[in-house]
Amino acid sequence: MKQVKVLGSGCAKCSKTAEMIADISEEMGVDAIVKKDTDPQTLLKFKVMKTPAVVIDGELIHSGSVPTRDEIEGWLRD
Amino acid sequence: MFQIFTDFATWLVYGVFGLEAGSALGGAVHFFVEDVSKIFVLLVVMIYFIALLRASLDVERVRDYLAGKNKGVGYLLGAIFGAITPFCSCSSIPVFLGFTSAGIPLGITMAFLITSPLINEVAVLLLMSLLGWKFTLLYVAVGMTVGMIGGLLLDAIKAERWLQSFAAEALVRGRQMAASNEVSTTERVLSFSERHEFAKAEALEIFGRVWKWVIIGVGLGAALHGFVPDGWVETHLGQGQWWSVPAAVLVGIPLYSNATGIIPVMESLLANGLPIGTTLAFCMSTVAASFPEFILLKQVMQWRLLAVLLVVLLTAFTLVGWIFNFAAPYL
Repeated sequence: MKQVKVLGSGCAKCSKTAEMIADISEEMGVDAIVKKDTDPQTLLKFKVMKTPAVVIDGELIHSGSVPTRDEIEGWLRD
Repeated sequence: MFQIFTDFATWLVYGVFGLEAGSALGGAVHFFVEDVSKIFVLLVVMIYFIALLRASLDVERVRDYLAGKNKGVGYLLGAIFGAITPFCSCSSIPVFLGFTSAGIPLGITMAFLITSPLINEVAVLLLMSLLGWKFTLLYVAVGMTVGMIGGLLLDAIKAERWLQSFAAEALVRGRQMAASNEVSTTERVLSFSERHEFAKAEALEIFGRVWKWVIIGVGLGAALHGFVPDGWVETHLGQGQWWSVPAAVLVGIPLYSNATGIIPVMESLLANGLPIGTTLAFCMSTVAASFPEFILLKQVMQWRLLAVLLVVLLTAFTLVGWIFNFAAPYL
């Protein structure tokens, strides 16, 4: 089970990122929980300056843009 | 160079649509078509070339650069980077926290954040094409000055007392870290194709975000242009009456637009005879003092600091208005 968090203060791109990850994980049949996290303290904790950012199982793996489908598939695969 | 857009509008509006030249409606539609086509073409072309140049500049590098700079140059650099660094207003919070946790003083961070919405490449471009380079220089200088003075004032009154407690703690920790070791920047050289990809994405992204503002802005400008009777603005507000400046600033607060949308309106207000100071005050207030922005900042600032910031901004815009109305005859 993967815990996916999308960090960002609720801009349109953050919602889009969360939706994409949820859709793709469903397509791939990967067990994942996708949540949006708008708490500024989380941004601080992961030292994120560019949103949307993606944290999977407690590790920051992406920051600053809506990820591509390929990127998301890559994260979910391993 | 821009004649082609005038000709295009003349052909389309008077030729194809068959509107009467010289009528209010014809004039307004002509203005709209000419400005929208001109701005759209300029935006796409210019954003692409500017993005090519600044592909390697981002908020993280700016942070590393600003960290450890002394306050004297810090405000100036904060304002300069605010003007040239690309970043959307939904990133204000992470940028604010990133700067703060690197120990950068609140005033320098705020110089960056105040200048950022006021000046960006799209705004400069529009100003150049609609109002000329003199006005553009003036606008840029005023915008940066407001950012620097705002930052300076906030530090002078020790405004960091009124941060939310977690942000204040991050600032203290950041200062200690900055004192003990230098922050390292990872330099990376971009290839031309990486720059091209970035610039292409940037041009599409920014255009996708601002095109509707251009339509709204130019539409309002066109309406003012065509339907406000000639001389009305000039008679009622044209003398730069002292109260018209704070009034313009107040009217600007609930109105929210980004710089792209407001500049065509600015052109129209000036053409209708609104004094330059009053126009600047109104437009800066619309762009830089907005409720959505303040609600975002509430996450990291206490009400008290937000109130101070609002007062500082409104006072600054009012002063800008008065100074320019006073100085206009000598410019």
